[in-house]
Amino acid sequence: MTSVAEQTTAQPETRPQPSARERSLRWARRAPLMPALIFMIVVTQLPFLATLVISFMDWNAYYPEEVGFAGVDNFKRVFTDVNMRDAVLTTIWLTAGVVLISLILGLGIALLLDRKFRGRGVVRTLMIAPFLVVPVAAALLWKHALYNPEYGLFNGAITWVWGLFGSDNPPQPDWISNMPLWAVIFALVWQWTPFMMLILLAGLQGRPLDVVEAARIDGANGWQIFRSMTLPHLRQYLELGALLGSIYIVQNFDAVFTITSGGLGTANLPYTIYQIFYQAHDYGRASAAAVIVVLGTIIIATFALRTVSSLFKQEAGR
Amino acid sequence: MSITDTAPVPATRDERGRPVRKRKEGANVWLSLLAWVVGILFVLPVLWMVLTSFHSEEDAATNPPAVFAPLTLDGYREFFSGGASPWPPLLNSLTASVVSTILVLLLCFPAAYALSIKPVRKWTDVLFFFLSTKMLPVVAGLLPLYLFAQQTGLLDNIWLLIVFYTSMNLPIAVWMMRSFLSEVPVEMLEAASVDGATLSRTLRSVIAPVVMPGIAATALICFIFSWNELLFARVLTATVAETAPVFLTGFVTSQGLFLAQLCAAAFVVSLPVLVAGFAAQDKLVQGLSLGSVK
Repeated sequence: MTSVAEQTTAQPETRPQPSARERSLRWARRAPLMPALIFMIVVTQLPFLATLVISFMDWNAYYPEEVGFAGVDNFKRVFTDVNMRDAVLTTIWLTAGVVLISLILGLGIALLLDRKFRGRGVVRTLMIAPFLVVPVAAALLWKHALYNPEYGLFNGAITWVWGLFGSDNPPQPDWISNMPLWAVIFALVWQWTPFMMLILLAGLQGRPLDVVEAARIDGANGWQIFRSMTLPHLRQYLELGALLGSIYIVQNFDAVFTITSGGLGTANLPYTIYQIFYQAHDYGRASAAAVIVVLGTIIIATFALRTVSSLFKQEAGR
Repeated sequence: MSITDTAPVPATRDERGRPVRKRKEGANVWLSLLAWVVGILFVLPVLWMVLTSFHSEEDAATNPPAVFAPLTLDGYREFFSGGASPWPPLLNSLTASVVSTILVLLLCFPAAYALSIKPVRKWTDVLFFFLSTKMLPVVAGLLPLYLFAQQTGLLDNIWLLIVFYTSMNLPIAVWMMRSFLSEVPVEMLEAASVDGATLSRTLRSVIAPVVMPGIAATALICFIFSWNELLFARVLTATVAETAPVFLTGFVTSQGLFLAQLCAAAFVVSLPVLVAGFAAQDKLVQGLSLGSVK
């Protein structure tokens, strides 16, 4: 990696016109990169440009004669739309809730698994299973097989436990209606905790143990070691987990679509835009919403990328 | 947590004079037990899904649950031959996942080469461009792609999904491959260039063997993400190119006694990912962290 760093930093400030040979060499270097780069630009950037154009248009597929220029009307409608504002808040709650809870649970479980005990490999394998269930299947499983008030496993277990104590009228809450957003969050936490656990466990296992041992001999207690040695070491893994988790959960569609169909105040941004586009067929408004979401994402992503970038520098400097 | 439970008061000392922590033994048993309980709690919904899929519809819908009900294959029979056949969606998912994974590998390998082994100028910018496309909400590109497909008659065509899945996974794959390629020892490359090997020969016989595990990890992650994708498949396909997750959305609304069939369907659709993921657990970690955790 050091040779790479030298090559990139050793560029002279004022470059003379490169000779033909030099230029062809440079293109030879770029050539392997080009297919992937061009493909990505065509498939991800061009559609976004189209979205930008459509966002300034009056275009509803139900009224094909009324297509035209709309100025900033679509943006006005999106900004004054209560549903959109709710969707932004829901997205924030959903993402923050899932990422934080699964990070904390994942950290606890990673610490439990970072010890030698009988069947450790088996427990680790069991823990991964939730992450390997197809998201739609997992959401269906939670909705029908676990949350269902009549025959779901949760209420079934409550009936069983109550039955053990001789009670025949156990509480049978309707989980999804009573706490719709939490219902979605828990289903997602179940899927994402293994992900966080895997990353943090890998981080824990890369921890220099001799230093920990030295601190212990010097009389540091467990909490002190955890707070001032383990946690700082895990920091970059926690950041990585939070960043990657956020990227995926902000975009979550499957769980919201399946468990609540966006009802009961659980419609997040992807679901809301999907609805405006797929059900209301209001292309202009859907595009304006998408443009606003992209701008918001860019602002947040700039900070997020800085995190990755600092991780990356550590790696490059190694 | 193991560390928090080491008592500062040494009970005895071992032969080298270091304190031996007596209490640790007892605490360890409890922590191991806790680890087992947590592991079982997390896997319980999956086990419940598998068990229910082998129960009859009547036994699946009981409260309290009929854990020891007789086993039957009715749920699977109903899923495979009850209504619309799940085979075309399953085959579509397989085609889309496998073909897009191959395309991703073909595109990401040379790109990662140009970003690590013989880096272009400003290679970090290029790398971050790739990652930034992953942060764009996919829903923002959904409408133009839909309109494009409508105009060109590509709606409900599996190739459109393949192209989209390739673009969805390419940034992750480039990051992963770059991280693996940067581990190829420089001496080996120099030796190859002294021997006068061409680029494609260097790629095939020097670099590929070293990064084979990395390629496997990348392929696994791309396959899983393509197999799981729902939003685009739902919007861009209908009856012909429908994928397995779209087929599963038929179970979103309750339809009387259908829990066993639903569990059978969920299990069948998840099976390829479960098998691939369990078989390559360590690759999973590498892939999910974009290659930064090895």
